[in-house]
Amino acid sequence: MNDALPGRMVLSGPDMARALRRVGHEVLEANKGSADLVLLGIPSRGVPLAHRLAQTMAEVEGEHVPCGALDITMYRDDLRRQPVRHVEPTSLPPGGVEGKVVVLVDDVLYSGRTVRAALDALADYGRPQSVRLAVMVDRGHRELPIRADYVGKNLPTAKTERVWVRLAEVDGHDEVRIAQEAGS
Amino acid sequence: MKHLLSMADLSREEILAILDTAATMHEVQHREVKKLPTLRGRTIINFFFEDSTRTRSSFELAGKWMSADTINLTGKGTSVSKGESLRDTVKTIDAMGVDMMVIRHMASGAPATIAQWTNCSIVNAGDGTHEHPSQALLDAYTMRARLGDLEGRHVALVGDLAHSRVLRSNLICLRTLGARVTLVAPPTLMPSGIGPWSEGDGFATSYDLDDVLPSVDAVMMLRVQRERMSGGYFPTAREYAVTYGLTTARLAALPGHAVIAHPGPMNRGLEISGEAADAAQSLVLEQVSAGVAVRMSILYHLLSGEAMSA
Repeated sequence: MNDALPGRMVLSGPDMARALRRVGHEVLEANKGSADLVLLGIPSRGVPLAHRLAQTMAEVEGEHVPCGALDITMYRDDLRRQPVRHVEPTSLPPGGVEGKVVVLVDDVLYSGRTVRAALDALADYGRPQSVRLAVMVDRGHRELPIRADYVGKNLPTAKTERVWVRLAEVDGHDEVRIAQEAGS
Repeated sequence: MKHLLSMADLSREEILAILDTAATMHEVQHREVKKLPTLRGRTIINFFFEDSTRTRSSFELAGKWMSADTINLTGKGTSVSKGESLRDTVKTIDAMGVDMMVIRHMASGAPATIAQWTNCSIVNAGDGTHEHPSQALLDAYTMRARLGDLEGRHVALVGDLAHSRVLRSNLICLRTLGARVTLVAPPTLMPSGIGPWSEGDGFATSYDLDDVLPSVDAVMMLRVQRERMSGGYFPTAREYAVTYGLTTARLAALPGHAVIAHPGPMNRGLEISGEAADAAQSLVLEQVSAGVAVRMSILYHLLSGEAMSA
């Protein structure tokens, strides 16, 4: 089934695991431990990534890091440009986000519009002490003044290319692929 | 999906998509800040030619919580009372550039007719004795929240079926979701022509509530609509309550896991006893609470997505 996927692999499963572990360490280093940290994954693939990151950090610090999901569909600015999108559940950890150091977790950072929507969504739940952004892949081509604080892999791409982050929890296996978009 | 006129227009997948979105919208209701920016700049007119409390207020709240601008109009106090035709009235409103009209009308089929006259999305919020799709969706939502998947579940719809638009929408919705449905009513309140319909569509009918109750997963009591009746459907209210009401005695005959639904407003002591309405299995308040979430989901599914080329 791997052969059926288009394009080429740029990160293997072990590559992704190493990158994620490094990102976990970076977050803990910058925050000087896990105090007040809350990880929020952006559905769909940000959520399992956030859980993996939480697990890595628990192994390092020996402390549980609260982890949740933040759906941003209702905050998108392109709802009228695409077919109706499926809405995923939002689940915040019991402590909420008020006064916390929130780390948003997503698979790919591209235009930055998802992150903008996530910041709007987050504001409706409370006022975090600070908000950080961790992504598996930063592929460039930002359309907004937004950057990631923690990046698994910087991946120079052309706009005509597509990047897929595949995760065992969703897709059955881990890898990052890049391919020419069909029709371009 | 541009309009919501009849449950018959929705596939199983579309119904489930609306119910799933409603589940996430339900969470908004418990937030301190009940506001989503999703429908910013969109305009919704709630046009109610007939009285309504919960449907109108929940559509209005749903629109407001999603940042749409909503306006309520009633038959009274508009040009309708000056003799303007329905067509002229809705054309006038359409010309103002609204995105959606939510319509309740005493004439069956009015929303579908209006949909042909305008460019905006039309939601049927109850038309005569025809349909009330948003009610059926929220009923399915609450039953699903307690019972899980409705596929193969047995649901009894009981009461004044002949005058009930809720019945028709619920029947179609439940059948689409794969539930087993039994209609229970006195012969005078059974819709005419139900025989061939039930055979063709695979649902059952019964005149005996006690016979049906022990096997149900959910029982929905429909309101006896005195305002639509010229009388003579049953001898006395007391006799109706005894033979077709969900009395305290019948409450005990329900299976332990079964739930009780009522779309409201209830006639306590007539089709449902106070004990049954307030019992732990009763979904009545959950139905009201889900009303806004389900209607937010409906607005989302009709008003987001690719802009229709005019």
